[in-house]
Amino acid sequence: MAGFFTSRLFFISLACVVFAATLPFYVSGYILGLLTVAFYFGVFAMAWDLLFGFAGEVNFGPTFLIGVGAYTAGILNNQFGWSVYLCIVLGALASVVAGFVLALPALRVRGPYFGLTTLVAVLMLQNFIVVFADLTGGEIGLTIPDVITIDAGANYWIALGFMTVSAAILYGLSQSPVGLVLQASGQDPVQAGALGFNIVKHKLAAFIVSAFFSGLSGALLVFYFGTASVGTVVDVAVGVNVIVSAVLGGRRTVLGAALGAIFLIVAGEFLRPTGELATFIVSAVALLVVLFFPGGFLGAALQREARS
Amino acid sequence: MRPFQILIDGFAISALYALGATGFTLIFGVSGVLNLSHGAIMVAAAVAAWAAASVLHMDTYSGALVGVVVALLMAFATYFAVVKPIQNSRRIPNEEKEIFVLTGTLLWGIMIQELIAYFFTNNAKTVLPIVEGVVEILGVRTPRNEIFTAIVCCLVIGLLWLLVNRTRTGKAVLAASMNPRGVTLLGLELTQIYVVVWGIYGILAGIAGVLLGMFLGVSSYSVGPLTASAFSIVVLGGLGSVSGSLIAAFVVGYLETLTAYLVSPAYRTIPALLLLVFVMYIRPQGLLGRR
Repeated sequence: MAGFFTSRLFFISLACVVFAATLPFYVSGYILGLLTVAFYFGVFAMAWDLLFGFAGEVNFGPTFLIGVGAYTAGILNNQFGWSVYLCIVLGALASVVAGFVLALPALRVRGPYFGLTTLVAVLMLQNFIVVFADLTGGEIGLTIPDVITIDAGANYWIALGFMTVSAAILYGLSQSPVGLVLQASGQDPVQAGALGFNIVKHKLAAFIVSAFFSGLSGALLVFYFGTASVGTVVDVAVGVNVIVSAVLGGRRTVLGAALGAIFLIVAGEFLRPTGELATFIVSAVALLVVLFFPGGFLGAALQREARS
Repeated sequence: MRPFQILIDGFAISALYALGATGFTLIFGVSGVLNLSHGAIMVAAAVAAWAAASVLHMDTYSGALVGVVVALLMAFATYFAVVKPIQNSRRIPNEEKEIFVLTGTLLWGIMIQELIAYFFTNNAKTVLPIVEGVVEILGVRTPRNEIFTAIVCCLVIGLLWLLVNRTRTGKAVLAASMNPRGVTLLGLELTQIYVVVWGIYGILAGIAGVLLGMFLGVSSYSVGPLTASAFSIVVLGGLGSVSGSLIAAFVVGYLETLTAYLVSPAYRTIPALLLLVFVMYIRPQGLLGRR
């Protein structure tokens, strides 16, 4: 861990963040808005990678955690008019509760069975939102009266700062002894348990941390958008994008997941002139990476460094 | 009159679900692959049948045949372009192949879905039914097409049962699902068995897709829900157990029809999802699954 602060990865990340922080001085609000969304997505992907890459849990429902956080914050603000910051904190806490609920089956079932449970959780949340349309705005979406700020630069800095802090915490956690125990219990739970580690406690912790960051990011995202809808924070397609980002950037690297998310969002936007083919091209590129560079962007880069 | 209506409509929907899920569970049982491009292949079959009939002006039978052939080709493409490279890859650790197959087939499915949307738009398409008209059964006005769908589904599932239990190839497939290593020791090529299974899967998904296109109509938006429903039926029945999937398909089909008629069509999918969660808690391996 101490070696990290002198490693090349640390300086590259630091340079990237410093460079990114100066962007508002010379790029348009359009690009800033795009990157703001991409940074929140980066946090979704990193939180997912903590669960999959380290705890070994195939979570098909990242949007269950994201959606609960986003909608709780949005509904509280819409119904009671509480302050934005209080709503964001409560949204993140609601997401932690959701993470706890999601973790319960994970302690009983594994692999595809757990994957399906998480998928069902998303479908249930989606149905719930449509059925209780009075409260949630249903398929049209929930209007949120307050926003954090309307300044594009400030929004961008908040997103960048949030992503950097989340990345530091999640990466630090993944490299700590806790992360190692998680990795061990993901790969062979019986053996890790036999070595005396409390697997249940560690897995629960991973779920709670992942849920906290997903929910926080989801709540921040809806206050940036000024609206919460199924299509932006709950739909299975959003979850697919989160998973693809993490695999594309390199699973089990945490930081790679953020890179993958930024790539996915920016590439999707650049390909917009190709119209409906944009999603096709992004999926095709992602499939080629999965087939030929299974380690992802960062995985391939780290491997080359390790070899040289 | 209403109970009969639920009975008849529920049967047709359930039979269609059963046919769609059977191929899916067969592939999992034999090669451990969960094919998340399942919905896309079904929709591709239906859209191909629709295009053959409406754009190329073929008759309905040739149109249906075109649909099934397209699904067959898609299934082989999925296996050779996506699943096989991942299974044979040396750079992917064995314990992670499962998630890579899931991600790979998911992306592949999205690619198919986007191509369909690009060339044939997102509009819903209804394939011209092979049989038209309406008959009265027990006082319920039933489209002949609905009966046709139910009969074809049952017939195809019956043929599949005969193929698996009574032919040499089928027995090899069955053996591979029980013990892959044992099969290779007997001198059978496992890869060949996989190709046969993907072929059977393609035909089943194709027939299910074309029938669905005639019965309810499809659009590129149905890809996700179709995959999800096949996945949940298969898990409910027990991964890899064909008879479990058949039972689960009827449970889900009737539960949905009951809810749609007695409560509201808006709540259609909720009870089945609740049941699924409940079964996952008390019996994680599904109704007839083995762990």
